Amino acid sequence: MRSTVSLWFAVAHRSFRRYSTYRAATFAGIFTNSVFGLIISFTYIAVWKQNPTAGGYDVADAVTYAWLGQAMIMTVAVWSGGATDDLAARIKTGDVAIDLYRPVSLLGWYLASDLGRAGYHLLTRGLAPMIFGALVFDLHYPANALVWAQFAVSVVLAVTVSFGVRMLVSASAFWLLDDTGVKHLAAVFAMFFSGLAVPLVLFPGWTSDVAQALPWAAYLQVPADIWLGKHQGLDALAAVGFQVLWTVVLLLTCHLVLARANRKVVVHGG
Amino acid sequence: MSVIEVRGVDRSFVVRRRSGRLRRASTTVHAVRDLSFSVEAGEMVGYIGPNGAGKSTTIKMLTGILVPSAGSLRVAGYTPYAERAALAQRIGVVFGQRTTLWWDLPLRDSYDLLRRIYRIPADRYRENLDTFTDLLGLGPLLDTPVRQLSLGQRMRGDIAAALLHDPDVVYLDEPTIGLDVVSKSNLRDFLRETNRERGVTVLLTTHDLVDIERLCSRVMVIDAGRLVFDGSLEGLHGLGEARRTLVVDLVEPARRSTYPTRRRCGSTGRDSGWPSLPRPAPRRWSPPSLPPTRSPTSPSWSPTSRT
Repeated sequence: MRSTVSLWFAVAHRSFRRYSTYRAATFAGIFTNSVFGLIISFTYIAVWKQNPTAGGYDVADAVTYAWLGQAMIMTVAVWSGGATDDLAARIKTGDVAIDLYRPVSLLGWYLASDLGRAGYHLLTRGLAPMIFGALVFDLHYPANALVWAQFAVSVVLAVTVSFGVRMLVSASAFWLLDDTGVKHLAAVFAMFFSGLAVPLVLFPGWTSDVAQALPWAAYLQVPADIWLGKHQGLDALAAVGFQVLWTVVLLLTCHLVLARANRKVVVHGG
Repeated sequence: MSVIEVRGVDRSFVVRRRSGRLRRASTTVHAVRDLSFSVEAGEMVGYIGPNGAGKSTTIKMLTGILVPSAGSLRVAGYTPYAERAALAQRIGVVFGQRTTLWWDLPLRDSYDLLRRIYRIPADRYRENLDTFTDLLGLGPLLDTPVRQLSLGQRMRGDIAAALLHDPDVVYLDEPTIGLDVVSKSNLRDFLRETNRERGVTVLLTTHDLVDIERLCSRVMVIDAGRLVFDGSLEGLHGLGEARRTLVVDLVEPARRSTYPTRRRCGSTGRDSGWPSLPRPAPRRWSPPSLPPTRSPTSPSWSPTSRT
């Protein structure tokens, strides 16, 4: 058990290092995130000027939300990317055979690898645009250490939920041989229902409730609301519980799907 | 004791293809039929045959990533597909056309991950790594990311990776593919040495008969999914008539008794690289037996079917 945990840490660490070798890409990405952060901030300022309490946010909440969104895009890998893309590529080339004969769990391996990647993206593509946003605008910050801790947990869970969704998309390549189509479709859903395009709290009436029950809400809306102090006390616990629930459901589904994929490859030939 | 036991193994795949606008026809392709052989501990066996003969399918079944359709397999006392994780500790695999290393990581990091995957005791790991670094000349490469290694360097890295956890059996699937003459020769020396020193059982798939000549005392030939030969290399050479016709055009006419023309000469087949299998009669070239006209259901590239 201890050696397994140390393996996952080693995998996460190597994955972190792997992404850190591409510095130019990181700087270009930070620049892009910052520019988009500016554009969205000014858009939100205009919207909240018209309706200063839209979605229960004030204008500073909204601008903070915009920068949190930019910080989370790569950390959570909203559209796609990360370790799951490696898996899809390996299925396409057949290299997945090598992963299959190793005495380690495919799901554990890729999850560890994706968490390592997310760690790198949080410290670079997450933190840097956030600091830039903080220098330009007046933002809201977590009120106390407890909220910071809740936010930290919530970010990790945001990554695991997103990993679960992306893993299912990548695993479709076992049947379709190429996951590009599914990936594009999933990206549109994620973009819309994570609250990256428009905060879910702005959705009209019941659509907001539905959107906030879907797994994509765990990507951005939930961590952002924890940061902004919209969830307090038990409510914060429930919000984190919501993410835990989706993590468990999705990882279990991944486990079953991978077992089936494994069976398909092993029994029916790949 | 046999390390590898294969008894009456069959493996078929169902291939579906479009046979009409919506209809799909299923055909069963037998990749391997009624395959039986056993390999003793410490043997080094060559496994050869043309492309598509079933070599890789056999190796996949022996690693446990394919389940046989019929028959039984045992490797190092395990049933591969049922006990894949346990078996993985006892086998090493090198796929010449794929890498088991991590593309963006230095070689050393790949090895460290393998140490954790296979739970190799620290001292044993260090000892093996030192040995292989020395024998394969990996020293200057250990801190280079795998993506920057040349093919020959990467292959050496891959072979060391397959042996780090002291496997009993190693499958080498075309380990010398794409390597130059010197690299091939060095690799063979290393493999022979490893087989002798460590008593590792080696099953070697290759298209290069020199690999077999230099390394294996035993060859198995597979063709169209069936084992057609299992024995010594000399036996394989002796099997075919391995004759070729030598036509000599002379500048000046010569006396018949001195230069007989169109006489068939015996050959060992050694220089051809690939021994010819027995033939019923001297072959004359004739056009491949294609149907004279294409049926309307032929593939869409045929202009007649585009209506």
